[in-house]
Amino acid sequence: MTIEEQLTIRRTEPWREELRKSIKAKDRSTIERVHMNELDAEYRSHCNKEVNKGLTPQQARKEAQRCLDCAKPTCMEGCPVNINIPTFIKHIEAGEFLGAAKVLKETSALPAVCGRVCPQEKQCEAQCIHLKMKKEPVAIGYLERFAADYERESGHISIPETAQPNGIKIAVVGSGPAGLSFAGDMAKSGYDITVFEALHEIGGVLKYGIPEFRLPNEIVDVEIGILRKMGVNFLTNCIVGKTITYEDLHNDGFKGIFVASGAGLPNFMNIPGENLVGVMSSNEYLTRVNLMNAGHPESDTPVLIGKKVAVIGGGNTAMDSVRTARRLGAERSMIVYRRSEEEMPARIEEVKHAKEEGIEILTLHNPIEYIGDEQGRVKQMRLQKMALGEPDASGRCRPVAIEGAIETIDVDEVIVSIGVSPNPLIPSTFQGLKVSKWGTIIVNESTMQSALGDIYAGGDIVRGGATVILAMGDGRRAAAAMHEHLMIINHP
Amino acid sequence: MNKIVSKEYFSANVVKLEVEAPLIARSRKAGHFVIVKIGKNGERIPLTIAGADLGKGTITLVIQAVGGSSKKICALNVGDEITDLVGPLGQATHIEKTGTVVCAGGGVGVAPLMPIVEAFHKAGNRVIVVLAARTKELVILEEQMRVNSDEVIIMTDDGSYGTKGLVTDGVESIINRERVDLCVTIGPAIMMKFVSALTKKYDIPTVASLNTIMVDGTGMCGACRITVGGKTKFVCVDGPEFDAHQVDFDEMLMRLSAYKDIEKK
Repeated sequence: MTIEEQLTIRRTEPWREELRKSIKAKDRSTIERVHMNELDAEYRSHCNKEVNKGLTPQQARKEAQRCLDCAKPTCMEGCPVNINIPTFIKHIEAGEFLGAAKVLKETSALPAVCGRVCPQEKQCEAQCIHLKMKKEPVAIGYLERFAADYERESGHISIPETAQPNGIKIAVVGSGPAGLSFAGDMAKSGYDITVFEALHEIGGVLKYGIPEFRLPNEIVDVEIGILRKMGVNFLTNCIVGKTITYEDLHNDGFKGIFVASGAGLPNFMNIPGENLVGVMSSNEYLTRVNLMNAGHPESDTPVLIGKKVAVIGGGNTAMDSVRTARRLGAERSMIVYRRSEEEMPARIEEVKHAKEEGIEILTLHNPIEYIGDEQGRVKQMRLQKMALGEPDASGRCRPVAIEGAIETIDVDEVIVSIGVSPNPLIPSTFQGLKVSKWGTIIVNESTMQSALGDIYAGGDIVRGGATVILAMGDGRRAAAAMHEHLMIINHP
Repeated sequence: MNKIVSKEYFSANVVKLEVEAPLIARSRKAGHFVIVKIGKNGERIPLTIAGADLGKGTITLVIQAVGGSSKKICALNVGDEITDLVGPLGQATHIEKTGTVVCAGGGVGVAPLMPIVEAFHKAGNRVIVVLAARTKELVILEEQMRVNSDEVIIMTDDGSYGTKGLVTDGVESIINRERVDLCVTIGPAIMMKFVSALTKKYDIPTVASLNTIMVDGTGMCGACRITVGGKTKFVCVDGPEFDAHQVDFDEMLMRLSAYKDIEKK
């Protein structure tokens, strides 16, 4: 059965036909899009509590009514993990919240995570029919989060069905979004999955990168707990390629390996003063605060508490860092970005939240030097003013330096957030892998299979730096392809 | 997991632990390090592996109690477990037959020097070890060094044992009497800086094993970055060993002091 046929069958179930007819499409279209409930900006900028509070059941059902339950749901084309969006939304409209959560889990291992951190405005919501009618899209992300949260808080968490165990051992390298998504799908197909994690915590970037105020760790842990209940094994403090080798995995009977080892070394700009004390990568800053809990009295890990903090970059990680600095007590915390706000890769919601929290956004400025005091601590930065020129290869306007326009600003902490290169550990220790000049593993884009036949890869180690949901999509595609491949080998 | 099977005091502040870690014992080589973390709220700190016993499936760590985290590790007893232990990390020492190798260790740096001395000796080199310490009680691993090398020279700051003087005096005395093909140095950053300056004067290739601040230790955070030959390098994945003559030790010393004020509080 094709996906279209499956969609039609579910769409023509009697309850859904009736629900669709209960409100006219025209009336559905006139309902205003819901607003997310948020913590007060001043209050939240001094604590680590989650900013978005979620929708109430009433708000969620009303928002669900806005969905026209299209025969050809274009929103699904925008979803990297193919969530059956109209079906879960119509369950919410019917008040069947647990049923909605079940639909999410058919294709997503981490719905409560995705409902919070996916850039829905660029994916599913960007394809919503409402946009064609010059209306705001259905708040698919808010609804996803609502269903996942409702299920978790209800205490009736459903565990996805798993096929009869087939005894085939599969290794997953890295427990971030790509690895977890892969593990979930393969566990459903009956495989014996072991996830190897280098750090002491499961979750990868969901734990060390994304801050508590955007994605509480507790929520990540609940979703990981579901994978455990599905039979997925997790092994922390184990570095594939170092603690155990590719050969060890073969000797231990693993028949397939999914490499999702994620981001690696942070990029720096190679400008004078970048190694001064107080200048660090966002990876270091966020890992200290999020993973190591630095900033809390009971944690042994220290973190520099800046009063005047500059974060270099305009992506989500830069926003996470600058908002974290604010919460740790910075009096002045600012984004320094070389293009204009329009070109910023960060989610609009993050930029909005940051501004509400008193973050300064210094656009069209680019650091050219950091100046230290006699102890080698950063005390100032020199910024080159920029103007926008012609569009570059990325389609964004290229920033051009305005000659002589240089200013100096006092800072006592600088967080460099201009991207990362892929983690070098696996590419350097697995002989025979094909690696690009950027250090990413080269794979077949539809199957995610690498040059070594039993190794598949996905997430940042393939993309070089992407989003949680794209990583999860890679995990799903790799799982489907590896499953098919192994079935052919075992049942020729 | 990670159970401590033996504990020995080298001095009041320096402890040798043998830790059950069969996978690391099997895969580690001279020069590798591990990251350890004690307790749920512990800090991740790097420690260079001082040895391994394949039969017992253990690795040896030598720790000097200086900061909060190292004191916590030193306070562990036989039967206790290290909460988190991961490795081996970094690049292994490049071992080859090159002639005469001087291995200069200071303080607790003598411990990670041990497997390197052993490996160079096994590879057929003439190995001369210079062990430096403030005073006699702080000289460690002398006997093991003697068994695995051709000569051991002891230097103490106060002259209470061996020859009075600094590690550099010991190294220079060797250079003055015979040809030296390679120098390997591990110890406090300031000591490695001076050893490096000395051997540079005599144009003797020198390798230093650096001990910087790290968080993840796996090539993700960049806390350990240093400047080598004008380029930024990451000690956790590019090192920990580097061409000492290319290392900017002054910058490294400055970066090592990043959290001094916070530690004092």
